[in-house]
Amino acid sequence: MANNSYKVKVGLASCGIAAGAQQVYDRFSELLQSGKLTSQAELIPTGCLGMCFCEPIVEVSTNTGERYLYGGVTAADVELILDQHLTKGEPVSELLVYGPNSHSELDSYFHKQRRIALKNCGVINPEDINSYLEVGGYQGLKKALEIGPEQVIAELKASGLRGRGGAGFPTHLKWSLTQQTPGELKYIICNADEGDPGAFMDRSILESDPHSIIEGMLIAGWAIGASKGYIYCRAEYPLAIKRLKIAIAQAEAHQFLGTGILGTDFNFSIEIREGAGAFVCGEETALIMSIEGQRGMPRFRPPYPSEKGLFAVPTSINNVETLANVPRILADGAAEFSKYGTENSRGTKVFALAGKINRGGLVEIPMGMTINELIFDIGGGISTGKPFKAIQTGGPSGGCIPAELGDTPVDYDSLSKIGAIMGSGGMLVMDEDTCMVDVAKYFLSFARSESCGKCTFCRIGTEKLLAILERITQGEGTSSDLTLIQRLAEAIKVGSMCGLGQTVPNPILTTMKYFAAEYQAHIEEGCCPAKQCKALITYQIDPELCRGCGLCARVCAVSAISGKVKEPYLIDSEQCIRCGLCISACKFNAISVESRPKTDSASLEVAQ
Amino acid sequence: MLASSELLLKVEQIVSKYRDVPGAAIPILQEIQNELGYVSPEFIAKVAELTKIPASDLYGIVTFYSQFRLEPLGEYHIQVCHGTACHLAGAEQVTEALEIAVNTKCGSTSKDGKFTLEKVACIGCCSLAPVISVNGKIYGRMTPDKVRSLVRDLKGGDSRGK
Repeated sequence: MANNSYKVKVGLASCGIAAGAQQVYDRFSELLQSGKLTSQAELIPTGCLGMCFCEPIVEVSTNTGERYLYGGVTAADVELILDQHLTKGEPVSELLVYGPNSHSELDSYFHKQRRIALKNCGVINPEDINSYLEVGGYQGLKKALEIGPEQVIAELKASGLRGRGGAGFPTHLKWSLTQQTPGELKYIICNADEGDPGAFMDRSILESDPHSIIEGMLIAGWAIGASKGYIYCRAEYPLAIKRLKIAIAQAEAHQFLGTGILGTDFNFSIEIREGAGAFVCGEETALIMSIEGQRGMPRFRPPYPSEKGLFAVPTSINNVETLANVPRILADGAAEFSKYGTENSRGTKVFALAGKINRGGLVEIPMGMTINELIFDIGGGISTGKPFKAIQTGGPSGGCIPAELGDTPVDYDSLSKIGAIMGSGGMLVMDEDTCMVDVAKYFLSFARSESCGKCTFCRIGTEKLLAILERITQGEGTSSDLTLIQRLAEAIKVGSMCGLGQTVPNPILTTMKYFAAEYQAHIEEGCCPAKQCKALITYQIDPELCRGCGLCARVCAVSAISGKVKEPYLIDSEQCIRCGLCISACKFNAISVESRPKTDSASLEVAQ
Repeated sequence: MLASSELLLKVEQIVSKYRDVPGAAIPILQEIQNELGYVSPEFIAKVAELTKIPASDLYGIVTFYSQFRLEPLGEYHIQVCHGTACHLAGAEQVTEALEIAVNTKCGSTSKDGKFTLEKVACIGCCSLAPVISVNGKIYGRMTPDKVRSLVRDLKGGDSRGK
């Protein structure tokens, strides 16, 4: 076994690095350079495999094609992997997450996914164009240049690809509209302003496979007749921007970007523009304003960007994941893509699973899979062991879907039928400890601060809606508030010009529809069943569990806890600001949160 | 610390790089902030003079986009992620603990100039929620108690070389 040769891949995307992957990589590099290894091993930095739940990840593959995934690897484990696996050929079982012979619960995690947009993520070195070329990179572009713009659009049409940014507009249609508008100058914009909180699909693709986006933009440019592309990327993604810059320079050096690309008369260049922190710039007309150097405020459509876009010329704006699919569709053929999915939702969709889920991270599924399959078979179920309550898709524009509708297929039409949206791919999983009124309030307060202020209903309506929700979570709501919310929500929808305002009421409307009892509990009983709303909860110390160590009293910032050492302590509810410091400090789990209905506590006082 | 005239020279150099770039106001202001730490009224006046973009437009941009700061940062720039996953995992409590520990509100800098607290929409490390970032370094799975000891360490230390 000692003569084996190995490839060692370490996932170095933002989330891996945050979990300590850089130190792991550096340690491998140090030990491999020291030359004590007798077998051959090539160390490759890669992007994100999507398995956030077991970062940092190291993949060891053999020359016979066997792949071993190690999870939760620290720098201290590296020597062990080197000694046992790379030297003796014996996999380190205690760190192994998945291997060629393991039949674990992760089988369904891998087997139920189909990776098209994420195909190269975590597989190739994102900072090396040769690594992309080895897996068929830029073959889609070659094909596109051979068959010509018309055929490219026809191929896209046959594939059924729809925009992955959320709205689901057919990509071929966007391209052909832009192509048909006459004009010497046209632009392609890659919308990488991934603003939905809880969504990181685009970041991961940009960090792990930046050339696929460049190739996608090149094909789009060729199809519509544009010679320049802009990538509008969030400034909060410094690593994505760094890798894009490297990739653009390499593509220029290989003459995939520039003039006379691959011997044709096609010229194309790409410029990166960094967003400056405004959620509304994900809306295409606001994004255009931002690239033009103005405040990102949406404008009326029509004219659509396909007629009059950036600097008033025809422009096609496509999302990152959409563009990542394009080279694969060209290289592998439309049929290979459209064989996945449902009739009106072809292909796959990437989701960022987060929240109370065991296997949080990025997954790519064929559309049409049910929510339950996604949550349980792929996501491994609820991390807290408590019952699954709901998912939220589409961020501040989306809706909450209750567990009862878990059999709903994940496709554009089925999700919009139940009041939610596909969205760009953020999927938050919630258990019974999540207060749905609080979730609605959270998204609304996000939308309120991100409203650009142009339309009165969005600007002031969100402010007023939030005030009502504040009131309800304070236990001061009345039953007429619910009617008021409905009226205001409708008015904001019809009175707002862009997608932000039109969809802002969705989280509140869907939670009211599916979790009416929770709103009732807040309003009528003054209690928060999930024990989250500060005004409706109290902190208590269980005298049985309290050992009287006094730590809670010492950490309490407002001196609300008192007692004698070795005797149970007491929390003064009047003083307590419900900050949670005592709970996180207590080593005996003696502090708990309660929320009692008004009627209960009243009768309790009477009884006392 | 550079003298004011040197800072303005730097602003001039930055502006001159964007002479032929259409719609360059935002990249210019971004580069000024990256290089000089913030966008002062003095810098805005200089950019307006050089580019002929009205200062009111530049102020419009700086106040519209959350990235821009009109004041310098503290020694430790602490960003608290308020993405959905972090919110569900207790970002509010983490924020409150931070505000108590450094004795300043989110969106401002502590009196001693050591800490600037800022709420941000989503850092994108949802699986490590709740997350904070201190001068760009990510700290995951925070609790009010962990925040307290982190701030204690930072108060004793120095941001350089950490």
